[in-house]
Amino acid sequence: MYAQLVETGAKRLKTKEEMSPEEREFQEKVDAETKIEPKNWMPEGYRKTLIRQISQHAHSEVVGMLPEGNWVTRAPTLKRKLQLMAKIQDEAGHGLYLYSAMETLGADRDEEIEKLHQGKAKYSSIFNYPTLNWADMGAVGWLVDGAAIVNQVVLQRTSYGPYSRAMIRICKEESFHQRQGYQILLDMMREGTEEQKAMVQDAINRLWWPALMMFGPHDDESPNSQQSMAWKIKRKSNDELRQMFIDQTVPQLEFLGCTAPDPDLKWNEETGHYDFGEINWQEFYDVLKGNGPCNRERIKTRKNAIDEGAWVREAAVAYAEKQKQRAQAA
Amino acid sequence: MTQAEALKEYLLRLADSDMILGQRLCELCGKAPALEEEMALMNVALDLVGQARNWYEYAAELIDDGRDADKLCFRRDAHDYRNLLLTEQPNEDYAVTMGRQFFFDVYHYFTLKSLTESSDERIAGIAAKSLKEVTYHLRRSSEWVKRLGDGTEESHRRMQDAVDILWRFTGELITPDDTDRVMAEAGIGPDPDQLAKDWRGMVNEVLTQATLTPGAEDAWMYMGGKHGEHTEHLGFILAEMQFLQRAYPDATTW
Repeated sequence: MYAQLVETGAKRLKTKEEMSPEEREFQEKVDAETKIEPKNWMPEGYRKTLIRQISQHAHSEVVGMLPEGNWVTRAPTLKRKLQLMAKIQDEAGHGLYLYSAMETLGADRDEEIEKLHQGKAKYSSIFNYPTLNWADMGAVGWLVDGAAIVNQVVLQRTSYGPYSRAMIRICKEESFHQRQGYQILLDMMREGTEEQKAMVQDAINRLWWPALMMFGPHDDESPNSQQSMAWKIKRKSNDELRQMFIDQTVPQLEFLGCTAPDPDLKWNEETGHYDFGEINWQEFYDVLKGNGPCNRERIKTRKNAIDEGAWVREAAVAYAEKQKQRAQAA
Repeated sequence: MTQAEALKEYLLRLADSDMILGQRLCELCGKAPALEEEMALMNVALDLVGQARNWYEYAAELIDDGRDADKLCFRRDAHDYRNLLLTEQPNEDYAVTMGRQFFFDVYHYFTLKSLTESSDERIAGIAAKSLKEVTYHLRRSSEWVKRLGDGTEESHRRMQDAVDILWRFTGELITPDDTDRVMAEAGIGPDPDQLAKDWRGMVNEVLTQATLTPGAEDAWMYMGGKHGEHTEHLGFILAEMQFLQRAYPDATTW
């Protein structure tokens, strides 16, 4: 989920007749739900699209540690601190795992990270919003991990084998994070002071719409979706996923005793779904373009970490080389 | 000092040092030199804070004044904190971060190893569990000290600087006071002489392999953490770490 607006390079789908024999064979495999593995032939567009999507996803895991790092030094109890630390550690692990999946496609982790630092690669827009009170740690777990899971559960069936397997593993851990996040909010709403309850509502007010934006633009504004769906990189449309998320989240919101900052949110008896108001798409595109509240800080922090750590990585390489030479000399 | 008083004091020292070093590592979230290090740092921090919780829980039972582990951690001010000064020193560059970790890990490893045979069963149990984690911490920090010491010219210079900066805080790790002696005599805590010998032995061995020069054994040492006399850093660490508990004292659940 953590991938939005992934370019496929295709303006429209090729017909079977327009495909080369290799492309046709590939498409038939995808249609038959046979997983594509690293050594299999694949169209260049498929490979590039996957590299973009998986790297975005990996970047999101890593950048996503920052809004939580903002509170990990201020967590209110030992239990909550330990939970948040474990979550952050999981995210670093997801990042590593996803970069590895991406490298099976011939991409290079350092190069892709460099693109991120130059502002050429995307990551989920949600992490460009600040975390302003402790309840944000609950709301991020519940809404952001919740939205990610809706997308990733479907991606467990994505056509590329290594990505699909990464999703299966990651989903398990994220469901755990989501439950923990919800529990933070629930405990504060049930047993907290008025100030704590206000924190919870404030966190939801700020993160509600950005969480809905995580699913990306409307289907008719999503020019790359059709090709991604045909390749079964993507399995459900943005609007379908967003609706699934809303439908599962609103009852949880009501159970908390909180409200969403959306006057149009209501149950629709006829459709069997919740109706909801229009997302502020201008804000969405602004944030994607780099004009969210924290875009600059997030990239700066990541870039500094890697730049300032260069001498450490160089030392590790130099030491390993010396050790190798010593072993050979011995 | 009675043995009971010394035990409470000793448990708070174990807890506070773990906690404060864990907190320092939390500050590095998102700032490590590589993603693998990001994971490892958080992993070590997680172990330390988890161990701190175990020590706090036991301390709270013995202190028995209504305060629980969280209250001991989040509601005591700097003068009541008993952590080693080394653990509160700032992260600075990665050489200082790893040097601090290494000096502490050696102390931590030999302390826990001895505590697994403590006459206090509760302590022995916590130590046995912690020792597994700390064995890994020590292996990792030793490796990093060697990599940085014997890596490039720049990393060697930085690592030697780190040893020089931190050296004055290492005396406190191995200089016993009354509490340490009472604990040792009761068979609860480690033998101070043995601890000092083990610490010096391993530190010298690793630093030598890392082509680094240790500080002098008779160098002036900055001490006081075990008695609540800290460096200026601790106040700021606590201001951040205890913010929510201090700002919302009426909150009973989080």
